Amino acid sequence: MGKTLFDKIWDAHVVDQVEGGLDVLYIDKHLIHEVTSPQAFQGLRDRNIPVARPDRTVATADHNVPTKDQHLPIREELSRLQVKTLTDNCKEFGVTLYGLGHPYQGIVHVIGPELGITQPGMTIVCGDSHTSTHGAFGTIAFGIGTSQVEQVLATQCLLLSKPKRMRISVDGELQKGVLAKDIILHIISKLTAAGGTGYFIEYAGDAIRSLSMEGRMTVCNMSIEMGARGGMIAPDQTTFEYVKDREQAPKGQDWDNALGYWQTLYSDEDAVFDRELNFRANDIEPMVTYGTNPGMGMGIQGSIPKPAENGSDSFNKALNYMGLKAGDKLVGHPISHVFIGSCTNSRIEDLRLVASYVKGKQIAPTITAMVVPGSQQVRAQAVKEGLDKILTDAGFDFREAGCSACLGMNEDKIPAGKYCVSTSNRNYEGRQGPGARTILASPLMAAASAIEGKIVDVRELI
Amino acid sequence: MKKLNEVTSTVIPLPIEDVDTDQIIPARFLKATTKDGFGENLFRDWRYHPDGSPKQDFVLNNPIYRGEILVAGKNFGCGSSREHAAWAIQDYGIRVVISSFFADIFKGNALNNGILPITVPEVFLNRIFQEVEKDPNAELTVSLQDQTIKIINTDEVQSFEIDPYKKMCLLNGYDDIDYLLSLSPKIKAFEANHLQ
Ligand code: SF4
Repeated sequence: MGKTLFDKIWDAHVVDQVEGGLDVLYIDKHLIHEVTSPQAFQGLRDRNIPVARPDRTVATADHNVPTKDQHLPIREELSRLQVKTLTDNCKEFGVTLYGLGHPYQGIVHVIGPELGITQPGMTIVCGDSHTSTHGAFGTIAFGIGTSQVEQVLATQCLLLSKPKRMRISVDGELQKGVLAKDIILHIISKLTAAGGTGYFIEYAGDAIRSLSMEGRMTVCNMSIEMGARGGMIAPDQTTFEYVKDREQAPKGQDWDNALGYWQTLYSDEDAVFDRELNFRANDIEPMVTYGTNPGMGMGIQGSIPKPAENGSDSFNKALNYMGLKAGDKLVGHPISHVFIGSCTNSRIEDLRLVASYVKGKQIAPTITAMVVPGSQQVRAQAVKEGLDKILTDAGFDFREAGCSACLGMNEDKIPAGKYCVSTSNRNYEGRQGPGARTILASPLMAAASAIEGKIVDVRELI
Repeated sequence: MKKLNEVTSTVIPLPIEDVDTDQIIPARFLKATTKDGFGENLFRDWRYHPDGSPKQDFVLNNPIYRGEILVAGKNFGCGSSREHAAWAIQDYGIRVVISSFFADIFKGNALNNGILPITVPEVFLNRIFQEVEKDPNAELTVSLQDQTIKIINTDEVQSFEIDPYKKMCLLNGYDDIDYLLSLSPKIKAFEANHLQ
């Protein structure tokens, strides 16, 4: 019997098996950031052991950094201490750090691919659930807790049970104005926030194949929002071209060898999945969420559904928080904030798309809108292309790299009760600030909503 | 890690589905560089008004409900991988969380911190909620050794699954690092042949 892409990579990384079924999995690359690593480094110190493979570990500061005036000392004391702790730990344990002020600093899931750290066939972990982003390269990548960060620092391995495999195929052509973000929001709305739990997902089909690497990353990024451990896409010419010549990509003979291996990374014809789902690309509308988990989403022309019998308490609680009710439509709903950023949609392609839409237009006077590039490199590229000027002329606040209002850990927050169309990945209660009401959407939907001052169907405007 | 075997306790009922780790501990409380003190902010925004006064209708502010066992609706712990959620639960004094369904990362984080996450059928979960509604002093006995939960008032018993290795770790207070460190020679040998 053939093997799935997932099995090929997983099996190539099993160091040992524990009686009863857990695998000891070898980790090729470990990405770390300031929020989920300090206790892990402390653990090493308590045990008096070094980082096993500093050469396989890369750090950046992203979650808890300001996105204005990054050259100045961080004002908030705890945040400053947390970032300093990361700097000190990296120095003490010999780990490469792309910290504040470094031209490579940025959201960990943006810089990994950008620097060529992320390569097909690898296992990659990070103390962050959206590590699934890296799966776009045909990589087994998933988020871990701090205890596991410590395990990887100490041994370069993790003890894991092997997830089940699911394949989700999306075939056909997307409608105009429908993006990768809409594909994944559509899938999550059908599977619910728990529908992928226990699985590792492979995305396939020609609609997925036709996506750029940026689009593929957006899709894989949100795998965790349906509970899946991760999502991946078999590498192909698009992948190889993206990786080639990046700073940490293999060069010369190494490249040829690597490429030879990467070309074997696909699910065999006769590979069996535990679950298979199929979607038609043409059915997918621009998506918006109406509730407080990413599974509570619908096409822009849809109406908020009625709660199912069981679970109605949670459903009503969510609608109550959002100030919405069953039967409401979101098209035309006024908003006051727009956030374009996060590891889901802050790459150069996203910024180009937003800039091309808003060029020569003005955001509505009622709107506060910010664009937060995913990395310093994305920012530099945007400036080089003049996108910063287009965005600021249109009324957007163009900031420095970081997670920003995606999680509201720094001062970038959405005020209580306000509606924010956001290109990020989570619409939980209080995610973007206490009381904030988040509506997840694509960058194009967010840009158009900023201009119009309300939620719109972008298909009618392009 | 603290050992765990048998827990007999009243329960804290939280019949809400899809409780995400942003609710368990909001991001603005993740600035600490140690594992201590997160219990104070467990369920912060459900528990307190913005001015810091307690929200009377939230279960943790109701003195009738206390104990070492949290019982919650399905898909508990979804979302962010923050282990701070497990630290907050543990710091608050909870040793066992029961639900009909757990998010993967949370489950792993709980086990790595001496908290036992138990998955039970929806029917049994509802039986616990019903009993606690009838009698807030209703107690459960959870035995990790026997892999059972008993509702003491009614003698109803439900068995549960746990990975044998994880069970051994919890019973003895071992963590994964000790085990992985013991594999060093095997890991070195693997690395020598590994491509990437
Ligand atoms: S951008 Fe948001 S989702 Fe992505 S890593 Fe940062 S906080 Fe997490």
